[in-house]
Amino acid sequence: MSANRAIDLKKKAIDWLGITPFLLFAVMFLIAPTLYLVTGAFLNPAGEFTLENIGGLFTDKILASYWISIKISLASSIGGALIGFWLAWAVVLGGLPSWIRSSLLTFSGVASNFAGVPLAFAFLATLGRTGLVTMLLRDCFGINLYASGFNLLSFVGLTLTYMYFQIPLMVLIITPALDGLKKEWREAAEILGATNTQYWTKVAMPILFPSILGTTLLLFANAFGAIATAYSLTGSTFNIVPIQLYAQIRGDVLHNPNLGYALALGMIVITGISNLIYIWLRMRAERWQK
Amino acid sequence: MKTQKIGAWLAIFFGASYFIVPLIATFEFSLRMRRGEYSFDAYRSVFSDVQFRESFSYSIVMAILTIIFGVLLVVPTAYWVRLRLPQMRPVVEFITLMPLVIPAIVIVFGYLRIYNSSSYIPFTGSARGTDALLMFSFMTLSLPYMYRSVDTAMRTIDVGTLTEAAQSLGASWPTIMFKCIFPNVMSGVLSGAFITFAIVIGEFTMPSLLNRPAFGPYLQLIGANRAYEPPALAVIAFAITWGCMVLLQLVSRFSKSAPSKP
Repeated sequence: MSANRAIDLKKKAIDWLGITPFLLFAVMFLIAPTLYLVTGAFLNPAGEFTLENIGGLFTDKILASYWISIKISLASSIGGALIGFWLAWAVVLGGLPSWIRSSLLTFSGVASNFAGVPLAFAFLATLGRTGLVTMLLRDCFGINLYASGFNLLSFVGLTLTYMYFQIPLMVLIITPALDGLKKEWREAAEILGATNTQYWTKVAMPILFPSILGTTLLLFANAFGAIATAYSLTGSTFNIVPIQLYAQIRGDVLHNPNLGYALALGMIVITGISNLIYIWLRMRAERWQK
Repeated sequence: MKTQKIGAWLAIFFGASYFIVPLIATFEFSLRMRRGEYSFDAYRSVFSDVQFRESFSYSIVMAILTIIFGVLLVVPTAYWVRLRLPQMRPVVEFITLMPLVIPAIVIVFGYLRIYNSSSYIPFTGSARGTDALLMFSFMTLSLPYMYRSVDTAMRTIDVGTLTEAAQSLGASWPTIMFKCIFPNVMSGVLSGAFITFAIVIGEFTMPSLLNRPAFGPYLQLIGANRAYEPPALAVIAFAITWGCMVLLQLVSRFSKSAPSKP
């Protein structure tokens, strides 16, 4: 009996030993660094518990940077989701030749990974002061973009740039959901006398809605954490949260390291909540994809 | 029916112009270096820049190291979880998704606090140590993609039967791992490797904050100081991403054509 138990224990120990490297890696490079910042957000420089840092987030300057970050992430995720859905709908249900579908999906795979510094360069070359589109509009159509108030280094410009990786991501995630709409549902609705609008509002949309909303949240978190594009586009003049945090890490611009931890905690909370809702909605959506 | 088709074509036309115009514009801009005519001077200038070559090869070496260590970490873990610890699957999967939830800049902020030169594990105390830390941070970034693609490849093979067959023929654990499991999940490993490569080459935040001379920070520096080289570099970066993704597609198509189901 006891010998059996010893063998059992030994087997169990070996079982756990197998994933020890992974757990060690996760603790060292994911969990511990995050926990350090999270606890640091609730400590003062002397190491005592305080809520002052969290309170410190609610100053005009920091609130403004959270607000602009949220605005850009919302605009680029909603815009990306709408246009991405439109494109995915076009290739799945629009009756287009199949080569368009495969080229759109391949391109989306590339473009969703084409972010960061090079993306900023691409948009500067397109819509910057001497960019191709700016010049063409001026020379051929007499429209002076920059005189009419457009600026690439602004809310609109940054949103437009972010959508370059948001739309493809939406296409990649929503295409399988659209593929999952069964023909039978449409036929059943038509036999029962539903119009096209009724089919979309009463059948298709309720099924697709969790996927669409969930993916929009994923895009939101994706934009919220991004820094490289904005940083190389605007330098440190545009105060979105990641850029503020970057400056804080570089040179303690807030003059309080613990406030920096609180800034990081705020980012984790926002991306964390949107991801959790995304996962929850995804589980709901998958019920229909079996 | 007709309006539907028009709407679809309109969507594709709109999408294609939004996606293709910036690429054309970038390419056109990169040719403008010589006044009054198009030339490849910007590319010549980029390729003859010592810093370009150094940072680019640094990032390539880092990407290869990240892929090797990432594969060595992920494949045995995914294998072991399927074989022996199925109850741990949700936990492991949750951990692998964490890098998508926690922004990269937050993770590296934590590293700088925990592993600074006055801590117990002073990674950032030396250049080699910082390189190692940077590699681990790249592994963290690519973990969600690497794990997902390896795990998907593992789903198509029967891990338990393969292991028992190998064991009954007297194979040792390393033999099972490298001669039996690895070849069978090669398509997943390769997909993960290409996406890791694309991520590591362009990554800016982590090497910049860890002060290592990688390609991402170099791009940013050039962008702040030059006019015609940045678009040339963007074209090069796009070509690299494109190459990685095409290889990825080829690998997944190749593995799909192989009979995976009995």
